[in-house]
Amino acid sequence: MSNAYLAKSLPDSSDHRPPPLANETALVREERKEHASMLLLLAPALVMVVVLLILPLCWLAFQSVQTEDGFSLANYLRIFNESIYWDTFALTFKISFLVTILSIVMGFPIAYAASRLHGFWANLVLICVILPFWTSVLVRSYAWLVLLQRRGLVNQTLMDLGIIDQPLNLMHNTTGTVIGTLHVMLPFMVLPLYAVMKKIPQDLMQASESLGAKPFYTFRRVFLPMAAPGVMAGSILVFVICLGFFITPELLGGGRTILVSMLVQRNVELYHAWGAASAVGLVLLFVVFLIFWGINRFIPIERILGAR
Amino acid sequence: MNLLANLRHLRLSHVLFTVLVTAILLYLIIPVLIVVPMSFSEARFLQFPPKQWSFHWYEAFFNSVEWMSAARVSLITAFFTMAISLPIGMAAAYAINNSTLKVVRTLQIVLLLPMMVPIILIAAGVFFVYARVGLISTLTGLVLAHIMLALPYVIIALLAGLRNFDMSQEMVARSLGMNRFRAFMAVTLPQIKPSVVSATLFAFITSLDETVVALFISGGDNQTLTKRMFTALRDEIDPTIAAISSILILASLVLVVIAGRNKQG
Repeated sequence: MSNAYLAKSLPDSSDHRPPPLANETALVREERKEHASMLLLLAPALVMVVVLLILPLCWLAFQSVQTEDGFSLANYLRIFNESIYWDTFALTFKISFLVTILSIVMGFPIAYAASRLHGFWANLVLICVILPFWTSVLVRSYAWLVLLQRRGLVNQTLMDLGIIDQPLNLMHNTTGTVIGTLHVMLPFMVLPLYAVMKKIPQDLMQASESLGAKPFYTFRRVFLPMAAPGVMAGSILVFVICLGFFITPELLGGGRTILVSMLVQRNVELYHAWGAASAVGLVLLFVVFLIFWGINRFIPIERILGAR
Repeated sequence: MNLLANLRHLRLSHVLFTVLVTAILLYLIIPVLIVVPMSFSEARFLQFPPKQWSFHWYEAFFNSVEWMSAARVSLITAFFTMAISLPIGMAAAYAINNSTLKVVRTLQIVLLLPMMVPIILIAAGVFFVYARVGLISTLTGLVLAHIMLALPYVIIALLAGLRNFDMSQEMVARSLGMNRFRAFMAVTLPQIKPSVVSATLFAFITSLDETVVALFISGGDNQTLTKRMFTALRDEIDPTIAAISSILILASLVLVVIAGRNKQG
């Protein structure tokens, strides 16, 4: 990091400074060259993202306000006026919220167990989280289609145990969507939580207990506040991915539980309604950015995304 | 049930906790494990446990021209995505790590955008552009889109390595007369190898796994495995998918092992 050093060693630019010395100009020139070469190294990656992501998004934004009669906000107004659009947004938020809550409730004990266990048992818990995480979402959706069907393993087990008489409708509806989506999201909650919990020193809990605190009090007042950033990072990640999730809800919802992502896909592929698709997609994008922007003040975005 | 046996006292709350954790872990792992025995089933209809065993669905997969072509397209795309996104991502990660420019932090967020923007919107945007420049249903188009999607993962993985590396070592090599590129290749790169390995894995898996963009822009002879699987799952469940899934699960298991070794090494 010679640059930081060079930059600091240079005098502040002010009006009454002596004319630059020969080697000072050389240093400034060197620094400019360094900046230029760093930007040059960034250029290929930036070009990819600008050309294939940012420009297309601008194009979609243009499409969303463009109708045959010129500029119009009709595509956006439709989201508020037509119940199909509004209901889809409401359902997407409801399901995303539910899945986030469920993944906190289910992810916390798993992460806690993994962070407090050692050796074989800790590895076993982590493998049960990481193997599904690395397995294709399609493969997992397929597995759930098999498990949740009318004569599937879940219904059969429940009937054999005498819990139900009739097979339940577990897929091609919201139940299936939630079960499958939660399965995909849970590792996104457990992994950042585990990373945070692993860093909480066991000594603190022992110190608290040695001072007379009951285990639950220690957990609530010592452990929980320190694990909170992990819960927050995991929740944001899960909620945001859920909002735009397509594959599993499409396969397990069976076309009956329509989410925002499907609204975009159907408008493009079935109806070629680019205006409607763009408007819906951009509202979704706006919400996602709003969430990231809000959370950025507490946890830098890079940290949340680096959790993967 | 001795999952938490190394805790000091086995109280009722511990037993309950163990049962809870075991139940959640079963929920996570059963869908991954159940596919494998199903792929060896003889029956056309999905059932578990299978009544008769056979390699029928594996034969169906390996003898099908369409499935084989799709698998080839996916592997080729993943390979090129990996090979191209790695140097591009490395250059970017190096600049992010070394530059003192303020604008670089903003640019870093821009490079992470492919992870933040909902994938369905990326797919729609890329489709819109490709339709105009004639890149729909081409390998080139697929590879380009996948590079863009893989870049954030590659950059994050490489940055993790670079941040823990003492750059003054590279400065020493340069002060001894190596040019910057050679100094990087000879001094820095070997020492951040684990993060390069994980970046490579991420790039490959991101491309191999990617479904939504492929659904929009791949087609004809250049359909990816994921697109074909998705369509097959949506229309009518073809048990061949059980065989493909088992192969993919085996592949992820291998990757998990590689990643695990990589972390320790």
